[in-house]
Amino acid sequence: MKVLARIATATAVALTLGVSAASATEITFYYPIAVGGPITKIVDGYAEAFHKKHPDITVKPVYTGSYQDSVVKAMTAAKAGNAPDVAVLLSTDMFTLIDNELVEPIDKLATSDADKAWLKAFYPAFMENSQAQGHTWGIPFQRSTIVQYWNKDAFKAAGLDPDKAPATWDEMVSFGKKLIKKDASGNVTQWGIEIPSSGFPYWLFQALTTQNGAILANQDGTKVAYNDPKVVEAAQFFADLSIKDGVMPKGIIDWGTTPKDFFEGKTAVMWTTTGNLTNVRKNAKFAFGVGPMPKKVRGGSPTGGGNLYIFKSKDKAKQAAALEFARFLTTPELAADWGIATGYIATRPDAWETPAMKKYAAEFPPALVARDQLKDAVAELSTHDNQRVTKALNDALQAVLTGAKPAKAALDQAQAEATRLLTSYQN
Amino acid sequence: MNIHIQGWLLALPAVVLLATFTHIPAIKTVIDSFFSTPHGTRPARFIGLTQYHSLVADPIFWRAFTNNLLYALITVPLAIAFALAMALWVNGKISGRAGLRLAFFTPTILPMVAAANIWLFFYTQDYGLLNQIGRAFGFASVNWLGDPTTALPSLMAVTIWKEAGFFMIFYLAALQQVPPDLYEAARMENAGRWQVFRRITWPMVMPTTLFVGINALINAFRVVDQVIAMTGGGPDNATTLLLFYIYQVAFTFWDLGYAAALSTVLLTGLAAVALAQFFLLDRKVHYR
Repeated sequence: MKVLARIATATAVALTLGVSAASATEITFYYPIAVGGPITKIVDGYAEAFHKKHPDITVKPVYTGSYQDSVVKAMTAAKAGNAPDVAVLLSTDMFTLIDNELVEPIDKLATSDADKAWLKAFYPAFMENSQAQGHTWGIPFQRSTIVQYWNKDAFKAAGLDPDKAPATWDEMVSFGKKLIKKDASGNVTQWGIEIPSSGFPYWLFQALTTQNGAILANQDGTKVAYNDPKVVEAAQFFADLSIKDGVMPKGIIDWGTTPKDFFEGKTAVMWTTTGNLTNVRKNAKFAFGVGPMPKKVRGGSPTGGGNLYIFKSKDKAKQAAALEFARFLTTPELAADWGIATGYIATRPDAWETPAMKKYAAEFPPALVARDQLKDAVAELSTHDNQRVTKALNDALQAVLTGAKPAKAALDQAQAEATRLLTSYQN
Repeated sequence: MNIHIQGWLLALPAVVLLATFTHIPAIKTVIDSFFSTPHGTRPARFIGLTQYHSLVADPIFWRAFTNNLLYALITVPLAIAFALAMALWVNGKISGRAGLRLAFFTPTILPMVAAANIWLFFYTQDYGLLNQIGRAFGFASVNWLGDPTTALPSLMAVTIWKEAGFFMIFYLAALQQVPPDLYEAARMENAGRWQVFRRITWPMVMPTTLFVGINALINAFRVVDQVIAMTGGGPDNATTLLLFYIYQVAFTFWDLGYAAALSTVLLTGLAAVALAQFFLLDRKVHYR
């Protein structure tokens, strides 16, 4: 009898728990980590703060590895019918997610006047990678641009003005030549500049093409201009930096070790994401500067980084909860907090008016460089069948940089490949 | 009759597991390779041999294929030679034999990704270990993984380093199986060391060499970890190997139909090698 009573009580408890759990909504949030710092702790803190504000919604944050791992995990989970409700994925994954019909257009969910104002609150440069086919598919969250970092001590030693970064392509070469240092046997011990070319060389290359006045892809992601003469000229310049002018190391320069090269004094200037700002601030043992990209016919850099996507779901309560969470993560206060903690650019102008951000910017002015560059920024290369179309350009660039193919021939080939891949999307 | 049922029942758990996780997926892969890749609401449709036609026309596939062939032709003999040399050395009566055996075996214990990261440090330009040593002797710094001519050989070195220690264990076992009277007879005949190796050791370990050779060959076509960890297939596909390319097509490009076709080609090749092993093993590799 006693046993029976106990079972009855247990069942009753279980039932009540079950009911209360059903009345609340639980959503899953996938996020990658691409920069240093205690990111997991910060994200868990955001989820908790959100739960306090909305006690009926519980957010389950799931760390999913690199950007590449994260999109693989999200797509596999979705194919198995278990998609995350909201996820941070590359802004350039947009077309892939649309073509696989995995994400919901945010403007279809966010319909109130307040929502419409929210969608207009972000920097337009970030929205370029978030909109296509007349819809908004992603909300800017952790976004960046490319900036140049330079070693002021090395500039001084070479007789250059330590407060002036190379401002033009010509200066990249002329400063570089002055900055080169060699040992007794003629080996270079300090390079003039490093622009990484492993993994995703197209992104850094896109800074050069932008400066030369070219746009690599159309807004709908159905056409690319890989063999535009301006693009060919940019590729030639990129390769010449090492092959002809000798101011940059030969061969492929690894993305991951470039900051280390900079800290070790192996290079006096490096190009990398503004997301590395906190890393450089902590590890550079010398005075360093952070500057916008140099100019050719114009300045500029592509944007980069991740957007928040809301996945398709039959459960309307979950979608509403996901939208609420996305809204929470992109309030001016949180955007500022996230930017300060990581080095990403706070995604909306009013975030820069918050007291916390004003204080941070006053203490550390280099944080403003990437933001001020946004007016010259363009959308990161993104098309349908994105990974493949981009790989064609990556392969061509690596061939040009290693001297295996001339720029024109390599890019003609990449253009042919990309055109072949994109034909089926051009209707 | 009864004994047949019993036998099948005993084999059943293994058969079920193998079928679920190996045979059925393999067959499904072959079937999938005749269909287009489904996208969203566009379902897969039968397209016959189209995937195979694009495979033949795909320059990256051929690049991966030749890279892989080179990889096998160079790493397999070298790994075998090193394994045998090490086994012969630590099989002799030398002091610190156990320590030496352990040292040779250590690379095998390390997970490939960890090992690849160690080698990544060796290969780093300018301040990597190899370049620092090179510099001490006045050589110019080499961008090992960033130059298409050195990138693939650099990956091969990692494979040889990792596999030789593992294969050494097989050779050690084989060497201990060689009857000592053969060596005694050779000594009485005043045979030289080379002659002893050529006429006794080498033929006696032949079955092991074949076994190791086949396994090394299959392994060479299954390399993927160090490519992902060290080069990502670059520069310009110089280090793209077949399995890595399949992974890329399937999980980066999401072209599952084409990935199925590539897998079918790889699977057929490997099955042929495995069949050759069974066929050859029954033939004259045993010294009688």
